[in-house]
Amino acid sequence: MENKEVAISLRGITKTFGDVTANSNVNLDVYKGEILSLLGENGSGKTTLMNMLAGIYYPDAGQIIINGKEAVIRSPKDAFDLGIGMVHQHFKLIDVFNATENIILGLEGRLNIKEAEKRIREICDKYGFEINTNKKIYDMSVSEKQTVEIVKVLYRGADILILDEPTAVLTPQETEKLFNVMRNMKKDGKSIVIITHKLNEVQSISDRVAVLRHGEFIDDMKTSKTNAQEMTDMMVGHSVSLNIDRPEPVDPKPRIVVENLTVVDEEGIVKLDDVSFTANTGEILGIAGISGCGQKELLRAIAGLENIKDGKITYVHQDGRTEDLLGKSPREISDLGVKLSFVPEDRLGMGLVGNMNLADNMMLRSYRSGKSRFFTEKKEPRKLAERVVNKLQVATPSIDTPVRLLSGGNVQKILVGREISSRPKVLLTAYAVRGLDISSSYQIYDLINKQKERGAAVLFVGEDLDVLVELCDRILVLCGGKVTGIVDGRNTDKFTLGSMMTQKGEAS
Amino acid sequence: MEQKVKEPRFHIVKRADIRSREAWTIRIIAILAALALCALITMVCTGDNPISIFATIFKGAFGTQRKTWITLQYVAILLIISLALTPAFKMQFWNVGGEGQVLIGGLAAAACMITLSDKLPNGVIIILMIVTSLLAGAVWGVIPALFKALWNTNETLSTLMMNYIATQLVAYFTIVWEVPKGSGKIGIINQNTNIGWLPSIGNKYLLSIIAAAVVTIGMFIYLKYTKHGYEIEVVGESQNTARYVGISVEKVIIRTMLLSGAICGLAGLLLVGGINHTITTTISDGQGFTGVMVSWLAKFNPVAMIFTSLLIIFMDRGASEISTAFELNQSFADILTGIILFFIIGCEFFIRYKIVVRKDLGKENA
Repeated sequence: MENKEVAISLRGITKTFGDVTANSNVNLDVYKGEILSLLGENGSGKTTLMNMLAGIYYPDAGQIIINGKEAVIRSPKDAFDLGIGMVHQHFKLIDVFNATENIILGLEGRLNIKEAEKRIREICDKYGFEINTNKKIYDMSVSEKQTVEIVKVLYRGADILILDEPTAVLTPQETEKLFNVMRNMKKDGKSIVIITHKLNEVQSISDRVAVLRHGEFIDDMKTSKTNAQEMTDMMVGHSVSLNIDRPEPVDPKPRIVVENLTVVDEEGIVKLDDVSFTANTGEILGIAGISGCGQKELLRAIAGLENIKDGKITYVHQDGRTEDLLGKSPREISDLGVKLSFVPEDRLGMGLVGNMNLADNMMLRSYRSGKSRFFTEKKEPRKLAERVVNKLQVATPSIDTPVRLLSGGNVQKILVGREISSRPKVLLTAYAVRGLDISSSYQIYDLINKQKERGAAVLFVGEDLDVLVELCDRILVLCGGKVTGIVDGRNTDKFTLGSMMTQKGEAS
Repeated sequence: MEQKVKEPRFHIVKRADIRSREAWTIRIIAILAALALCALITMVCTGDNPISIFATIFKGAFGTQRKTWITLQYVAILLIISLALTPAFKMQFWNVGGEGQVLIGGLAAAACMITLSDKLPNGVIIILMIVTSLLAGAVWGVIPALFKALWNTNETLSTLMMNYIATQLVAYFTIVWEVPKGSGKIGIINQNTNIGWLPSIGNKYLLSIIAAAVVTIGMFIYLKYTKHGYEIEVVGESQNTARYVGISVEKVIIRTMLLSGAICGLAGLLLVGGINHTITTTISDGQGFTGVMVSWLAKFNPVAMIFTSLLIIFMDRGASEISTAFELNQSFADILTGIILFFIIGCEFFIRYKIVVRKDLGKENA
């Protein structure tokens, strides 16, 4: 390599959890003043590896060399002392404290808020952060919280920053802002490791890419000398196609008609405000928005899980008869003969039961049927579980394995497999590919497309705008619970969507 | 490496999964270690050899035929109470009100025995006892369940507080019904007529044992093979999932606590009508709480609860035998029981985690 100083050098790092090997003999160098992208599919051990640098885990074997000296990192404090700071995927902030209080939390020495604020200001000016030091965390947007996390790390004098999927929760505009800050930090000689799934981001921000697969280090290379296809193939281990199909809708007819829907949560906060739209058969209706803008509530309202204040939700049968779904429980909706499937965002907390095995999870939807009134019928769910495992290539030891032991992609296949097994007329999906690796994601897109071709009305809540633009026929944009527009998926781009997501404008 | 670096000598690692054989090996080692420590302490206090101490423990539980029967009867009652708590715990409804539900069931049985003895034939009284004690237990269980279902109150507090109400009610009726007046206790009810005494099958211990066997099998089937059991499991694992598939969480909570309370009421009935033929505020003897432990140790498996309840009763009776045989007081038995429970519960840590010692220690300096 070039004449660069090594900041971190990992040598033969191995870490196991029980029988699972998260990292096996990983060698990795990070240079000073560079941005390194750490790429890999889910479960390839990226986060585990970085957690060992941050003092969360301790390696079973191997050495960590920081600035030429072997280091023992036993706690996050050790890591800070060595100038290493990590911003985790799930923020570790105290909601009722303001930005300054969170930043200086846990530091030794006398408490001097004024002095601290001055230093925070300096850091922000130097790198171009925007931060309101007096704002409480619970009032902050995700992007603001992330800024606090990064400043917190810099405040502790970190020279080596690790960012774990920082862009997963940001809009394109916010991502661009973050990248500018990262470039400023790089100019200042700091080393940055960024974990991400998004290849276009890898290309726009990083100098070098390192790829992990199944816990092993595969290769590293200069970003300028590789491309998306090559990186994907390295991550997956074989060649993958990177195009999402979008068949033309066949004979679309209204299936779900939502009129003036308003939902207010228990604390009186308006979650959905006068939302109206129609979801057609044989069509994928994308729903875009910054997280927490009412996407979740919209799907829950249709599924009968939300207290609705006002509005109308109508289901249109094949023969034109209509059913009013408003105020009906999920059970009443299914008793009406409305075949509605729902793949919720919270897979193990809502869609599935983590401690139950595959077969028992299949039973969630069907346990009420069966001959006996009192006893459960276990044969059918077992058959269904076998079918889903075979058809969707679920990697599992057996159908008697608790689903929580499966990886994210396999968990999602089980959930989607169950939901589409009833041949739904309406399919609601929330963040169907969140946290999934590339090959599983494409498999899920395929399954959703098949439902569309069968004539189901699909509502697809997504966060990756590139995917929404490629997959959906129409895209509805929500901002703060209001519809800011419904656009044609074939004639839009992610920047249009991005600006619609942030402005409470009128429908265009 | 030239540099000498301080490395941690060992660290604690969470086990991904453990084979049940390994887990049981750890548990057995823990019990043996507990017994060894108990023997050591007793040796220091009494100067006797450990073999005779272990023999005493065994003698305490199974020394004579009578002792064996009593041990089994104790196991039966503890097992019924543990089984009663199990569906609630599986639903993640922390029913620590077993004590009160048992007491109130017992009180209902005692009330029938005392107030109706000269009014109705014996058979009718026994049927009424069964009905009222199950009902009383169910009511005691369902009150916190209603609060939980309607207003989401904390069931740990409300079930616990129901215990005190039950205790005070029993204390009150002890004074109302005391025999003789001024003695402050009820004494054996209907000692001459035996009215309201549950019939003894074979011998006087067998009734509770048969009842426990029936409840065990019933609960095993209920939890594993019925729609209700499935709903309990789903609600316990995630209320969100339950709502998502259209299960009425409130209904399941209320229904399950009716059942849980009713079975506790059954234990109260057996204690008053079948075993003691009297009622005191301490008749359930903390088993409403011990049952929580029995149920947890067995991981809510009704069949495994047979063994966990046997283990706890065996240790308990063995410990009190030691204190009498070596002329120590009851507190000594409590100390021994405490040690044993500490080991049994503590070993769960080693089932969940393992300690990894760094292998390359020492090589570093070579």
